[in-house]
Amino acid sequence: MAKITLDNVAHSYIANPRDETDYALRLIDNIWDDGGAYALLGPSGCGKTTLLNIISGLLTPSKGRVLYDGKDVTDLPPEKRNIAQVFQFPVLYDTMTVFDNLAFPLKNRGFNKEDIKTRVLEVAQILDLTKSLNQKAARLSADAKQKISLGRGLVRSDVAAILFDEPLTVIDPHLKWQLRCKLKEVHEQLKLTLLYVTHDQVEALTFADQVIVMYEGEIVQIGTPQELFENPSHKFVGYFIGSPGMNFIPCKIDGNKAMVNGAGIELDDTTASMANKASENLELGIRPLYLQVHAKEVENSVRASVKTIEDQGNFKIVTVHLSGHILRARLPEGKPTPSENAWLKFPKDWIRLFHNEKLLTHK
Amino acid sequence: MDKWKDNKAWFLVLPVFILVAFSAIIPLMTVVNYSLQDIFGPGQRVFVGTEWFQEVLSDKRLHDALWRQFLFSGLVLLIEMPLGILIALMMPKKGWAASVSLVLIALPLLIPWNVIGTIWIIFTRPDIGLFGAAINSLGTAFDHTARSSDAWITLMLMEVWHWTPLVVLLAYAGLRAIPEAYFQAAKIDGASTWATFWYIQLPKMRGVLTIALLLRFMDSFLIYAEPFVLTGGGPGNATTFLSIYLVKIAVGQFDLGPAAAFSLVYFLIILLFSWLFYQVLQNVGKGEKA
Repeated sequence: MAKITLDNVAHSYIANPRDETDYALRLIDNIWDDGGAYALLGPSGCGKTTLLNIISGLLTPSKGRVLYDGKDVTDLPPEKRNIAQVFQFPVLYDTMTVFDNLAFPLKNRGFNKEDIKTRVLEVAQILDLTKSLNQKAARLSADAKQKISLGRGLVRSDVAAILFDEPLTVIDPHLKWQLRCKLKEVHEQLKLTLLYVTHDQVEALTFADQVIVMYEGEIVQIGTPQELFENPSHKFVGYFIGSPGMNFIPCKIDGNKAMVNGAGIELDDTTASMANKASENLELGIRPLYLQVHAKEVENSVRASVKTIEDQGNFKIVTVHLSGHILRARLPEGKPTPSENAWLKFPKDWIRLFHNEKLLTHK
Repeated sequence: MDKWKDNKAWFLVLPVFILVAFSAIIPLMTVVNYSLQDIFGPGQRVFVGTEWFQEVLSDKRLHDALWRQFLFSGLVLLIEMPLGILIALMMPKKGWAASVSLVLIALPLLIPWNVIGTIWIIFTRPDIGLFGAAINSLGTAFDHTARSSDAWITLMLMEVWHWTPLVVLLAYAGLRAIPEAYFQAAKIDGASTWATFWYIQLPKMRGVLTIALLLRFMDSFLIYAEPFVLTGGGPGNATTFLSIYLVKIAVGQFDLGPAAAFSLVYFLIILLFSWLFYQVLQNVGKGEKA
């Protein structure tokens, strides 16, 4: 178990990187606390896997240092780092039994037979693999195989952290949930530092205490799922988290109102005062969940034309046009559905303003 | 679906059936036909039953040729398989170096069999051959036309040089198909190079190695052109393999009956061993421990 520090780490796959765009990982300066469950979330190609491989030692970063509990391990190979990694698809030693698979990392490190046996049995117990210990690993189902990959990490009692690289990609949907619960259980039981890479936000939000959102080789926000949802620090986070993502419309500030092509949307005093300091490149953002849609005109509402309505079961997604901008709103079940025109109400508490793509804050 | 009569599907298999009939079944039946009769000339033949088979199976010279053949094929497999895997493991993985080494390795495969024999005759000549002269200058009298051990050494060298590239290419393809994550996992698990080879690379190569083993066994068991060109089966009978002996009977002595019976036995031996190899390799590492 360990605290992992990334000290100004950057990585490029090109031998002589010239400018920022040559870097797969631009600049990461971050600390992962001992025993935390972290999810690295981001679209494909944002540098998640690169970051993971730097932590595990499969890659040596072009710049910066990696520290485990304050000890510099930047140049240490993976086998010396006490790290375990679970890959996208199950990696097993096909010719071995489940027992031998689990025992393999210990055998390679020269443990004696008795210790190996005790430890393997313990881990098999945790992962519900006791029954299949004598079976060939190649014959098991994908989720059991993934548990074995995880188990090869867990058998080493000195393991500092377990890294997961989209481990549920090949698992059947109904088993994904089970395996995710198992992971949480293992985490609570063993208090290991877990790092979980995924591009699936549901997976990230349910698994982790802290979610790290990455975009184009940089960390754009670190926070609890709630923070990411309510206060996305960057437009990308607003758009990437939530389904559908956050709505954005360019606006200008006039007193305590945000003007969108002549229509005024009321702001609360703190938001308005922040906005007055930055007049250019302002955008207003609101989650579809909080944007209210009314079939009839109500107080403080803005008129918009309805484009489409999608029924999602227990709610509807209404897509509207507001002076040339597309907005989506979530309409709860039982509310009257607008037909041609809809009146939008922006609750003051849920309006966020973005300046140059970044969230305006009190600072 | 279970309809056998009046099923149009039969027309769909007809082309393949005709092709196989003319390329394999009819020639094979002709051989069977020869093997059961004594033919004196056109229109003069006698049915002899299994007489030719009995004669062939009790032929001392055939037994010698058979053991020689097994020894040869066994040596070929023992050398070429490990050597091919070793070379494939050492070859560059990507970039221009990989392409260049692949082409260089594949070169021997592009040369026709009889040309290979001729090349090696010259190469190993004691007077002007590069290899032969070099070895003789070291003080040993090397001559593949005079000493049977030298004939065998030359033949083995030639065979290994010619066909190891096939094993290399197959093994290389098998190695490149292993996903990178396996090697990363092995690194994290602290596996040694040997353990990585034994538990990841070798099992993952099983499919291609089975093919390589079968091809090399069948080919070496059927070897003809190389010894024919190089030694003509000699010195004495030292390199008279099954096919060379068979051609002597069939073409040299024109004993079509025994030759046909011999061919069938030959065919069955190859079939049996190929089947055995295939079964063994398919089951290695797959079945449950009892």
